[in-house]
Amino acid sequence: MSYLDEGHTIKSWLTSTDHKRIAILYAISISVFFFVGGAAATLIRLELATPAGDLVSHDTYNRLFTAHGVIMVWLFLIPSIPSVFGNFLLPLMIGAKDLAFPRLNLLSWYLYVAGGVLVLCALAAGGVDTGWTFYTPYSTMFSNGYVVLTLFGVFVTGFSSILTGLNFIVTVHHLRMPGMGWFRLPLFIWAIYATSLILVLATPVLAMTTLLLVAERLWHIGVFDPALGGDPILFQHLFWFYSHPAVYIMVLPAMGVASEIIPCFARQRIFGYRFMAYAILGIASIGFLVWGHHMFVSGQSMAASMVFSLLSFLVAIPSAIKVFNWTATLYKGSLRFEAPMLYALGFVGLFMIGGLTGLFLASLALDVHLTDTYFVVSHFHYIMVGGTVMAYFGALHFWWPKVTGKLVPDLWARIAAVLIFLGFNFTFFPQYLLGVAGMPRRYHQYPPQFQVLHLLSSAGAVVLAIGYLLPLFYLAWSLRYGQRASANPWDARGLEWETSSPPPTHNFTHPPQLPERVYDYDPTSPRAVAQ
Amino acid sequence: MNSTLAEASSIARSTDLLFGAMLLLCGVMAIGICFVLLFFCIRYRAGNRKVDRGVVGRKLGVELTWTLVPLALFIVIFTWAAHDFSELYRPPADALPISVEAKQWMWKLQHRNGKREINELHVPLGQPVKLVMSSQDAIHSFFVPAFRIKQDVVPGRYTTLWFTATQLGEFPLFCSEYCGSSHSQMIGRIVVLAPADFGRWLQAGTSQPSLAQYGYARFRQLGCSGCHAAGSTVHAPALEGLLGRTVHLQDGRTLVADENYIRDSILLPQKDVVAGFAPVMPSFAGQVSEEDIQGLVAWIRSTGGPQGAPR
Ligand code: HEM
Ligand SMILES: [Cu+2]
Repeated sequence: MSYLDEGHTIKSWLTSTDHKRIAILYAISISVFFFVGGAAATLIRLELATPAGDLVSHDTYNRLFTAHGVIMVWLFLIPSIPSVFGNFLLPLMIGAKDLAFPRLNLLSWYLYVAGGVLVLCALAAGGVDTGWTFYTPYSTMFSNGYVVLTLFGVFVTGFSSILTGLNFIVTVHHLRMPGMGWFRLPLFIWAIYATSLILVLATPVLAMTTLLLVAERLWHIGVFDPALGGDPILFQHLFWFYSHPAVYIMVLPAMGVASEIIPCFARQRIFGYRFMAYAILGIASIGFLVWGHHMFVSGQSMAASMVFSLLSFLVAIPSAIKVFNWTATLYKGSLRFEAPMLYALGFVGLFMIGGLTGLFLASLALDVHLTDTYFVVSHFHYIMVGGTVMAYFGALHFWWPKVTGKLVPDLWARIAAVLIFLGFNFTFFPQYLLGVAGMPRRYHQYPPQFQVLHLLSSAGAVVLAIGYLLPLFYLAWSLRYGQRASANPWDARGLEWETSSPPPTHNFTHPPQLPERVYDYDPTSPRAVAQ
Repeated sequence: MNSTLAEASSIARSTDLLFGAMLLLCGVMAIGICFVLLFFCIRYRAGNRKVDRGVVGRKLGVELTWTLVPLALFIVIFTWAAHDFSELYRPPADALPISVEAKQWMWKLQHRNGKREINELHVPLGQPVKLVMSSQDAIHSFFVPAFRIKQDVVPGRYTTLWFTATQLGEFPLFCSEYCGSSHSQMIGRIVVLAPADFGRWLQAGTSQPSLAQYGYARFRQLGCSGCHAAGSTVHAPALEGLLGRTVHLQDGRTLVADENYIRDSILLPQKDVVAGFAPVMPSFAGQVSEEDIQGLVAWIRSTGGPQGAPR
């Protein structure tokens, strides 16, 4: 009996401690937030089609981009891959029955939803206009939005992150099946493990920062207010100390996903497995030391800027290694291009462009011109949307048969993958050009010379939106009419494919066999297609 | 080219050169990787029968190469960019000081002779200009794309920015740090005039006292002169020629007196007590306005001293 048949009532889902069911709870709630955040993005792009700012008022526009940023960052990007696929796959991939603390896992989900609902309440009540970065003193002294309520929502979801991270770390340490050493872990598990370390170490700083901000706003305690001896730059240090590593919370799991999909569809061992694992650890640890690169023009000291710039170049090295190794994995393989592979290759391309443009921003003298322009907007969308969201969709298509027991209609899935890739570039590439031309970000109106590029970007957003909506339909269709999936429809390696699709409640009916080595693919023997 | 993207300051050229080099380097990398990726995708597609496949083992040499070569390249770029960056904070000693105050949602500028402008800044061609900036409310950012310069303007402290305009004309000035409702309308322009025209413009229609005169008047009204003037009974350091001078402090530190030091000495006098003096100065927080501080700084600047010190 599969985990899906373990009870069909709402209650059986809302009280389940099965990691697989909790993963599905996350998937549903995260999708809701993704579409709310996406609706805000659509309005933003519509508004920016003309320079005059004639669709919505200033204040509405400012609330829209804040809502978009807050929802996408805290309610979609950060939890997306870890909470959905980490939850579903971590025990399966290491041959365990569940996570170390199943009830804590359920509590994490409730905290996440509670935080999300608080944020939505703040929006419904009238919204916030601080930007997702909440810079002081604007957020503490001048904003007239629902800052405290929003921050409280973010604070609560932060606890969800911390608990999830703790749960994953303990699980990886204690519940690996007998004989499974560290270098027999799939790279997805390495990525989830490193992400969990960041979650546990960085999120408390976010919690503290939001509390200080709330206290400052309500009681003027003077930590950030210069009139009381405080310092607004201090807020930026605290904020980015969390929020820069948060970028790696978003992108490391995405790298893990690509490292599972690419070998499977290339029928080739991942190139340089150990380097890939070390690169993950390298990114996670150096990633803690680069937050100051958001502050090169803030007034921080020149010495600090130099150090942060140098470290930012260093963190690019392991990222470059990953791109090279994924490419090299294709060499002498036997490649098939079903939808998951298209998403994974799209991820590699977009991540590469996002990463390379990051080097422009790390270069001090160039950052002075480019920061706080659309160049930055484009850069982080390439990394976070091009990277994380592409990988999330890749994972969704790759593991859909495992999760639901149904195959995805591949033609439709490929069409969506291509639309998303093209629509994405069409939307965001013009924004690099806008940034170079000096268009500042967070502008509700803009000088008319920027209109052509803005219009292109808005047109691209339409294509992108269609690409994002398509999967909603064909995935729902497959739930009802899709072909039944076998245990291992892609002929993939990895323990999660050793059990039935969908898996039974306790994951394995027989203890799985520990494979000889990870990614034991062989391009000379054709894929066994068992549907 | 439109006026936002003109190369209109002395540093614009070197910034663009760096940008071009990065574009070349990253462009070659990106195109190279895309090419290899596509090439592999086509050559090793499952349907292709005439190709040699097989498990690929470890290739340590290859991996070390593509780790160390980027590392070397990155160190070169870092050094280049950091060098250009440090220039941005080394204003020439003769730079023309102009004070800038940002507030929601306008730029207020004041020249040395007291002439004021709003959302418009006239500067002479070919002469270094140094902006001493502070904000009355939120953080703003002074951004002139044609000059390739940008600096946040922060409440509670001075930040500075300097440039030499190299092209006559008008160039947009943006606020690039989100500062609330009308952030996107906090737009101004920089008007670059020939030096003679600038001189004429500066003299036209000012009846106000210069900023330094205003500052000196406040120096007396606020009672600063009671302690700091020569011959006063209270033992306090003389302020003439202070800006840019090295100051030794009570606790053994030394620092170079810049605008922020003067500001802090007025508002937080216990923070940096000068060696040899008792910490008796009261704080003037709440009694002085932003403008008063700007004026006092301008007066001290007008009394000479090394000035132009790096940040
Ligand atoms: C149709 C797709 C999207 C469009 C057209 C779009 C457009 C935009 C625009 C115009 C901004 C405001 C930039 C500014 O003025 O500061 C923005 C900000 C942002 N977007 Fe998107 N976006 C899209 C999808 C996404 C997705 C899927 C995510 C995350 C998964 C995301 C994450 C962000 C973040 C974090 C910000 C920063 C908010 C801020 O600081 O202003 N976006 N986006
Ligand atoms: Cu502003």
